[in-house]
Amino acid sequence: MAVNYLYPEYEVARNYDRCIACRVCERQCANEVHEYLPDANKMTCDDSKCVNCHRCVSLCPTRALKIVRSGNTYKENANWSRKTIDELYKQAGTGGVLLSSMGNPEDYPVYFDKLLLNASQVTNPSIDPLREPMETTVFLGAKPQDIRRDNFGRLLTDIPPHLKLSMPVMFSAMSYGSISYNAHESLARASEALGIFYNTGEGGLHEDFYKYGKNTIVQVASGRFGVHKDYLNSGAAIEIKMGQGAKPGIGGHLPGHKIVGDVSRTRMIPEGSDAISPAPHHDIYSIEDLRQLVFSLKEASNYTKPVIVKIAAVHNVSAIASGIARSGADIVAIDGFRGGTGAAPTRIRDNVGIPVELALASVDKQLRDEGIRDNVSIVVGGGIRSSADVIKAVALGADCVYIGTAALMALGCHLCRSCHGGKCNWGIATQVPKLTKRLNPNIGFKRLVNLMTAWQHEIKEMMGGMGINSIESLKGNRLMLRGVGLNEKELEILGVKYAGE
Amino acid sequence: MRRVYVNEEWCLGCHLCEYYCAFAATNGTDMARALRDTKINARIKIEENDQISFAVSCRHCTEPYCVKGCLTGALTIADGIILIDREKCIGCYTCILSCPYGAISPSEDGAVQKCELCARTAGEAPMCVKGCPNEAIVFEERG
Repeated sequence: MAVNYLYPEYEVARNYDRCIACRVCERQCANEVHEYLPDANKMTCDDSKCVNCHRCVSLCPTRALKIVRSGNTYKENANWSRKTIDELYKQAGTGGVLLSSMGNPEDYPVYFDKLLLNASQVTNPSIDPLREPMETTVFLGAKPQDIRRDNFGRLLTDIPPHLKLSMPVMFSAMSYGSISYNAHESLARASEALGIFYNTGEGGLHEDFYKYGKNTIVQVASGRFGVHKDYLNSGAAIEIKMGQGAKPGIGGHLPGHKIVGDVSRTRMIPEGSDAISPAPHHDIYSIEDLRQLVFSLKEASNYTKPVIVKIAAVHNVSAIASGIARSGADIVAIDGFRGGTGAAPTRIRDNVGIPVELALASVDKQLRDEGIRDNVSIVVGGGIRSSADVIKAVALGADCVYIGTAALMALGCHLCRSCHGGKCNWGIATQVPKLTKRLNPNIGFKRLVNLMTAWQHEIKEMMGGMGINSIESLKGNRLMLRGVGLNEKELEILGVKYAGE
Repeated sequence: MRRVYVNEEWCLGCHLCEYYCAFAATNGTDMARALRDTKINARIKIEENDQISFAVSCRHCTEPYCVKGCLTGALTIADGIILIDREKCIGCYTCILSCPYGAISPSEDGAVQKCELCARTAGEAPMCVKGCPNEAIVFEERG
């Protein structure tokens, strides 16, 4: 047998004083880590299979389990970290490209954490959201450039189609296939209850969910999976996905074993066939080409729905966004490098793309400098973790944010980053019926509604503290931000002053 | 009357309901201390195969065969809940044979045992319902 170079990364620490051998850990682990020994009436485990998803920890009724980092260590080396060494051994053993899931976990700066918010003191009173009305409603879409009147001098109020949201947060694109039916149902029902939107991702829309259409954004991506006329007309907006923050520049690949039953029907491809989304749209090689697709989709939906163009945050993002703002799109969505994925090559996820805070600040500035900021609304995703991040993104110039990872965490995701294995113990990133039923949408949708309700309260509190009673007044209001621990160049790109200035 | 109902669609077959049931019967405060090194004999039981699983416990029928068949009057109905008087039970198992759901079982001391809706928790949801991680067992009024 070949030498195994890899030592388990985690250990299951079981407190035998508390374990009652109820076997719930064994029954709930799709990775088959735990095993019951009938002769000894004791549980045992194989740490090497553990992905640290905490399903057993959360369900253990006596709190007998915890997962700890295994103490095994290589000789310390500042250049060769354990992760780097393990990855090298893995590749030497398999010859394969390393795969990862969820967002970039590496130690790059998080600019949201280096921005601080303002609050009113003596001269400009703060507002108490419990006593005063506080507006968090936002509208997404192209804004009219000028005031128009008819022959009788009456104001013309017809404006391009808009999305109306109760708060500046939407659930970002996650396809049916990459996540489960129950996860989609949870997102759809929560969006309806909250008055916001969720996004189908590139997997089509399951026929059961057409009824949530007015809270759905339907996506058209490079593989065109599940796209047909009824689909385009079922949602409130249509999103063209040009890129994804977790894997800019490459396409997607949903393995054939996940293309089963309804997933195959919804994607309109045969069961068991790999769903491969090409890296580029094969009909888009310029802004003019993009404009053609934007207007094809508008034509197909009779100019009743705003069109979103989603791009990954990359080096020339502001020039790209400027092109999109001129392409006829109503909304531009920018996905930062912390954005999640169901599967991506590790090297791409961890090394490609830029932080969304910098991308947002530079796009907002560029569009304002060019006088085309009102052509489009800006939505940012990829790294929004809390209501504070939402507020900071809005102050940097965003109209709204997308959350994906945060929403999945509300559904139980513990960021074990093993989605690509297809054995999600929380019933989210899997199509195995025994596992998908673990996510009961009756519970899931309530948890999403709870999370958003909590964020909305916090957003109102923070706005009130700044003396602002409408989220629109905060948009692009960078004077409400101050930086700490940032250099001159970073402050310049973010367009904020240093704390104390 | 509120009863325990099963949504088999959401049952994970994790068997936690059985352990919470057994824990409720011990009257203890810490499950680890109450159930460690014991073999449980719960009043609710999971029926399962590869395709499906669901919990079975007393339905608290309005015209129960078990009460009708009880030789000694150990099984009685009070406020819709079928209760067992363990002092009166002689362990003849007529109720076990007559229950169409298999919801009554022998206990260690000879008397039979069955779900009494955690009568002790007075009005609150029984422990099996509280312990279910996926709302597969619910305690509710259904016409």
